Amino acid sequence: MKMDAKDCKPNIEIKNLEVKRGGVTILNVPSLLIHAGEILALIGPNGAGKTTFLQTLSYLLKPFQGEIFFRGKKVEANHSVLEYRRKLAMVFQEPLLFDATVFKNVASGLKIRGMKKKEIDDRVMEQFGRFGIGHLGHRSAKTLSGGEAQRTSLARAFALRPEILFLDEPFSSLDPPTRDSLIEDLEHILQQTRTTAIFATHDRLEALRLSNRMAVMNEGMILQIGSPEEVMNHPVNEWVASFVGVETILTGKVIKRNGGTFIASIGGQVIEAVGDAHFGETVVLCIRPENVTLSTRPSQEGTSARNVFSGRITKIISLGLYQKVHLQCGFPLVAYVTNHSLEELSLAEEKEVKASFKATAVTVIRKGES
Amino acid sequence: MDLIFEGIKKAFFLLITFDPEVMRITLLSLGVSGTATSISLLIGISVGTAVALSRFPGKRFVVSLINTGMGLPPVVVGLFVTIFLWRNGPLGFFGILYTPSAMIIAQTVIATPIVMGITLAAIQQLPQKLQLQILALGATRLQMVWILLKEAKLPLLAAVMAGFGGVISEVGASIMVGGNIKGYSRVLTTATVMETSRGNFDIAIALGIILLLLAYFINLILTQIQQRERPR
Repeated sequence: MKMDAKDCKPNIEIKNLEVKRGGVTILNVPSLLIHAGEILALIGPNGAGKTTFLQTLSYLLKPFQGEIFFRGKKVEANHSVLEYRRKLAMVFQEPLLFDATVFKNVASGLKIRGMKKKEIDDRVMEQFGRFGIGHLGHRSAKTLSGGEAQRTSLARAFALRPEILFLDEPFSSLDPPTRDSLIEDLEHILQQTRTTAIFATHDRLEALRLSNRMAVMNEGMILQIGSPEEVMNHPVNEWVASFVGVETILTGKVIKRNGGTFIASIGGQVIEAVGDAHFGETVVLCIRPENVTLSTRPSQEGTSARNVFSGRITKIISLGLYQKVHLQCGFPLVAYVTNHSLEELSLAEEKEVKASFKATAVTVIRKGES
Repeated sequence: MDLIFEGIKKAFFLLITFDPEVMRITLLSLGVSGTATSISLLIGISVGTAVALSRFPGKRFVVSLINTGMGLPPVVVGLFVTIFLWRNGPLGFFGILYTPSAMIIAQTVIATPIVMGITLAAIQQLPQKLQLQILALGATRLQMVWILLKEAKLPLLAAVMAGFGGVISEVGASIMVGGNIKGYSRVLTTATVMETSRGNFDIAIALGIILLLLAYFINLILTQIQQRERPR
């Protein structure tokens, strides 16, 4: 169960944040409110500015223009920066552990703050339990596996009981099973401790899983921010659509309106979608492959799918647990089918099938009259 | 061959009986080079770390300057220190030419760039993001530098060994600014030169053995460091 982000008091407020390097603006965020307890994912390609954003927010990267407010108070240079930094923690893609035992590593942040030995011991043991690394306590950090090292790095961060946790692609260098295990643990611990977290990743599935708010970044700007469902299913433009995994992006013109829906002409076919686009307007239609259903039965009776097309399978790509099927129906269409369905329907390249999707499954990006 | 065997026999005798002259020379060597190394550590590590961690225009030039300094010919150092300390020279009023103090100065000038250069390389070899990680753990800049130094403690130890090794076996500058005065500014290396030229091979070999032992000891520590550093 993820918390509703809107119910909590804002933790960080950003105003007109801008970072320039060599005359080029590499980050530009005019405003953003991050609420206590929320888990915000920053997704975007390499170079989008995610790392810059995280490092600027944690005051590790200077200089920058603009203001950062923490709990209503502006974070300013000198001593309030240290105070602010001691309320947060950051985990990087590499574990960046010290050449010492695992225990000493997890305790390092606490030692920096001058905590007493007894309290340090208690907190370290707490994290050992949480991350299951107690048996590694006396091992040298240099002898750990990738997963163990990253666990230690996370334990080191959580030992500080940070109010905000920043994570910069923390799982990118791990192999899939290790990654899955760690994501599961992190999910659990974040909920348990109600820590505000901001993490950057280029893996949108990871973002989907862990976050309750997602921001899509490119070229230093936030293109769209909203709940994962919102962003994934209602991308605000073609670029975002493509990045979040919408496989079918089509451009067409509205040729008919029917109250709350309209019909657009694309590639000699017509597609019905829900929306307010005007007659004659150019629209970009996005259809997620999960929403396309394939059938080999001659007719589609008794379904609410308004868009039914005959098409030819041009390519089938295996994605492990399911298959990506490329079709040509007058326009290119991509569908996901389960391995089971593939077998059941005997789907193969060159086969003729019927593809259908609901009008409500089509995301519309209006482009205006042309 | 007799010369050699006689020499070695007498040398061992001198060593085993802790001959006072040999001991005095050895202790002075350790004192002078030890002091010089200590001072060069202070200057070398602080400046080396500062340069490694800062960004400023002309940094490349400064780094190459330090690296050049590592290969400074000791006789050239001896020459310049002599000129400075010469009676009519800029620092002549100190009157410390031909004293152990002058030797300490010369050896410090030789050792400092070595310590500085190795420290610089050691700090720069640490992962770039480590600085950020340490700061992100809530460290002050001072704490960060201290932690980085601890992380680099093995290469820094190597720097100490390299510095000490460089000056304990140095002879050119030591003779020029020290004068090799008996009981005063005579150290292992300068004494060996003199005794050899006089044909007193027993003493020369004894001193030579001590120098070899010191070199071996330094090398032993360096090798241990190297083995420890190797990736597992």
